[in-house]
Parts: sequence; C-alpha cells; structure tokens
Amino acid sequence: MNNNNVIEAQDLTKMFGDFTAVNAISFEVKKGEIFGFLGANGAGKTTAMKMLIGISKPTAGKAKVAGFDVYKQAEDIKKNIGYMSQKFALYDDLTVKENITFFGGIYGLSRKRIKEKSKLLIKELGLEEVENQLVGSLPLGWKQKLSFSVSLLHDPKIVFLDEPTGGVDPITRRQFWEMIYKAASEGTTVFVTTHYMDEAEYCDRVSIMVNGKIEALDTPKNLKQQFNVANMNDVFLKLARG
Amino acid sequence: MSITVNHISKSYKNVKALEDISFEVKEGELFGLIGPDGAGKTTLFRILTTLLIANEGTATVAGFDVVTDYKKIRNSVGYMPGRFSLYQDLTVEENLNFFATIFGTTIEENYELIKEIYVQIEPFKDRRAGKLSGGMKQKLALCCALIHKPKVLFLDEPTTGVDPVSRKEFWEMLKRLQKKGITILVSTPYMDEAALCDRIALIQDGKILQIDTPQAIVKHYPKQIYNVRANNTYQLLNSLNAYRHNHSVFPFGEFVHYTDSRADFNPKDLVDYLESKNLSNIEIEKTEPTIEDTFMELAK
Repeated sequence: MNNNNVIEAQDLTKMFGDFTAVNAISFEVKKGEIFGFLGANGAGKTTAMKMLIGISKPTAGKAKVAGFDVYKQAEDIKKNIGYMSQKFALYDDLTVKENITFFGGIYGLSRKRIKEKSKLLIKELGLEEVENQLVGSLPLGWKQKLSFSVSLLHDPKIVFLDEPTGGVDPITRRQFWEMIYKAASEGTTVFVTTHYMDEAEYCDRVSIMVNGKIEALDTPKNLKQQFNVANMNDVFLKLARG
Repeated sequence: MSITVNHISKSYKNVKALEDISFEVKEGELFGLIGPDGAGKTTLFRILTTLLIANEGTATVAGFDVVTDYKKIRNSVGYMPGRFSLYQDLTVEENLNFFATIFGTTIEENYELIKEIYVQIEPFKDRRAGKLSGGMKQKLALCCALIHKPKVLFLDEPTTGVDPVSRKEFWEMLKRLQKKGITILVSTPYMDEAALCDRIALIQDGKILQIDTPQAIVKHYPKQIYNVRANNTYQLLNSLNAYRHNHSVFPFGEFVHYTDSRADFNPKDLVDYLESKNLSNIEIEKTEPTIEDTFMELAK
C-alpha cells in the first residue's frame, strides 16, 4: 500500500443473493483528502461504506483502510477510524461531558487524556455553558458538531461521515464544514456522503455511484468540465439515473 | 382562503415550539415552510391536521376550524408525515385499499388522481411496504394521502434524505397535483426547493422570519454579495472571518459568499488583504443572492 493512501479499494464487490449491491469498485483516497462519496438512494453507498469500516465482509475484491485489510484486520480498522452517521450520534440521556468520557473510554484513551481532550473540545465548540446538560436537550446542529468532535477523539487517520448535515440549518451546516476543513488541514482524511450538492463542491475529489458502480471520480472542477455543466447538481442529475 | 393561521403558539414544557405564527394559504397555492430541524414545522403540521391543539391562536383548513370542526378537516385533507407511517406488513395494494376504505372510497373512484404516481409502483403492488426502497415508499405514501381526493395536502419534509434526482421528480409531481386544484402546504430543509413554491415562509426557532414569493424574498436581500475564490478554501475562510470589515462569510459551493460592512467597499482592498495572507489565484465578483443567503442573513 502506498503510504500516502488511507483507503485503497480494488474491485470491491458485495452481493446479496444474486443482487450485486456494490459492483467491483476501485479507488484510492489520499491522506488529508476530503473525499465526497455521492450517489442516488439505493446506489450502494451505504453497503460500500460498511465494507470499508469493517462491519460487512466483501464478497470479492480487495481493500485496505488506514493500512489494514478489510478481511483479516476488521478490528484494527474499527480502532483506527472515526465514524459518524446522521442517525446514531450520541447518547441523549448522558450529558455533553459524560458522552465525551464514555466514547473516550470506548476508544481506550487514558483518564488523563480524556480529561484534557474533553476540556479542549468543549472549549473549541463553545459548549462550556451546557457541558453538564443532557445531549438530548441540545439543538440538532450542536449535537452534530459534538458528534463529529467525538468521532475524532482518538485521533483517527480517517473519519467516515454518513450524511452528517441532513436537516441541519444552513449556518450550522457551514460551521460543520469549517470543522471538516480544519480536520483535513491537520492531516485527517475525511470520507463524506451528502445529498447537498453545494457540499459536494467543498470536497477535494468526488465519486458518484450509480447502480453499484463508480461512474465518475474526479475533482468537482474537472467533473463540471467533463459534463459541461455549471454545478455539481447538474453533474449529479446527468449521471445518477444512467 | 384554504388555510388561515392566526397567532398560533404552542409550547412543550418550557420549550416554545411555535411563537405567534400567522399566515394564509390561498386556494390552489403551493406554499412552502422552509426551515431546519427543530424550527417547529412538524408542530404546525400537527396542529393544522387536528392531531395537536395549540396553546393560543386559531386556525382554519378548507374553511373549518381546527378545534371545533376537526372531523370535517380530517375528511378533507391528506397528510404525509415526515416519518414513513404506512403499514409495513401490508402490501402496496393493501395499504392503498386500506386508506381508501377508511375514507369511504375506492381506488377506482379516484384512480385518475394517483395514476401517474401509482403506475411507477404498480409493478411492486404485491410487495410489502416495509420492503420497498425509500423512493418507492415515498410514492406510496403520497398515493395513500391522495386516495380520498383531499382539498388540501400536507407534506412534512417529503424529500429529506432523498437524493437530488428523486427530489426533482417529486417536485415535478407536486406541480402536476397543484394543477388539479389541490392546495399544497409542504415543508423542507432544502433551500433550493423554496424557489419551486408560489410563496414561502422562512421559519426558525418557532418564529416566521419572512413570508413572500421566492423572487421577492431574494430581492429584499440588503447587501451586495461577492463570490470569492482562492487557491486554498480553508485559508480563505479563516482570512475572511478574521477581516475586520466583513459583514458575513459563508462557504457556498465552489465560492465563498462575502458581504462587506462598509458602504463604499472596494473589492481591490480585499484582494490586497487576501494577498497579504499569502493567498493566490484570488477571484472576486458580484453575484445574486439566493433564498439560502436570505435565510442566513435573517437567522444570524
């Protein structure tokens, strides 16, 4: 594996019975890159992501994530990545501080390190005043920002974000992306799915899945040029229905 | 008027979900409630569909009061809640039959209204609703909400989590329903969908920020917006945020939307500043505001 690649996938395939959900996809994601993983509902994004984060065994093909093999080293992958989805964020019945402590413990951080991280993170997010409030009482946008920070607690090489900004208000959505930029500028690789096409423009490179295959993969600029359209929304509309 | 809302307020314990909301929707209008999660959209839908009673204020739907005439309203409206609420263990056809029967009608009687949508899911009519894809569930839910030929259709975030292609198709479907004389109140967190409505209300934290046609809302934007681009977007954002004359700085697709606090702003000054921050390939040009710009300006 090339040292600069955090993901390498080659002909990665997943079948359910005789249905091919992910059909021999090949791609690489570089260190510090913001990689947008787009596709219509049902195109195979979630299935592909599940293989990459080590919770679903591929039917065929090869893949390495953070240097580990998806077949043999799935447990190592889980320890070395961050993951955040729109649905499962944090525990609503724990406070901000308790959530951070809990996830820090899960990731195997020392008590001292958890304390340091907790302080830093709460300060960075401006959550000092609500640090002892239950997470369930916070607005969605705050939860999502906190959830993202928690997914980075153990300094993973790569973080997977599955529709992190769905339903979030436009200002918080942009603050969220500033956090993504910051993480990437510090060397963390970001793998993100979204249905907001303006967010696709924020990515360094974007792949678009159609019916289980990657039909396009390039920088937003090159994709727009290739399809001769003004924005990523039109690229998506041209491609996504084949 | 198809819907009237007068000074409606609703609280849950100490959370104010809606605060003094008033607006009207004309007959045959496609009216959008635009706002993020937690804005109060669902609470408003539940009050108008008679599932929840407001603390203060009054409202009518199709001429009936939401409290005293609630039974008449239930017969005259279709409601598609945000969460899929059909019977997962019934097939597509069984679900549709069920809803038709409840409203004392048959699929045949109003088939014309749902035909265009139903033909797309008809090949799967014997499949259980729980086994359908997201897009197909959405189409079935819309058919079920339409089967009794409602005068007013309530759609609570029908396109949330739906990809751009399916979203576009869904809105084309709504436009055709509107032509058949149905009044539609639809909510969405996607600002680009606002432009497809006749009129919209921008809503956040239980309050209406503005109500108007999408064109007028954009026109009232108070500032000149500039598209700014440079070699490194993250550095560009940081530099613009640190610039003392900025009024607003928001990433916007491939550009950053920038407004300046000074009346006599000269873009050349900004170029000089950004160059001093070691940015290169700097581009600054005027651009037109969008609904999302307006929303952010009002919500700031």
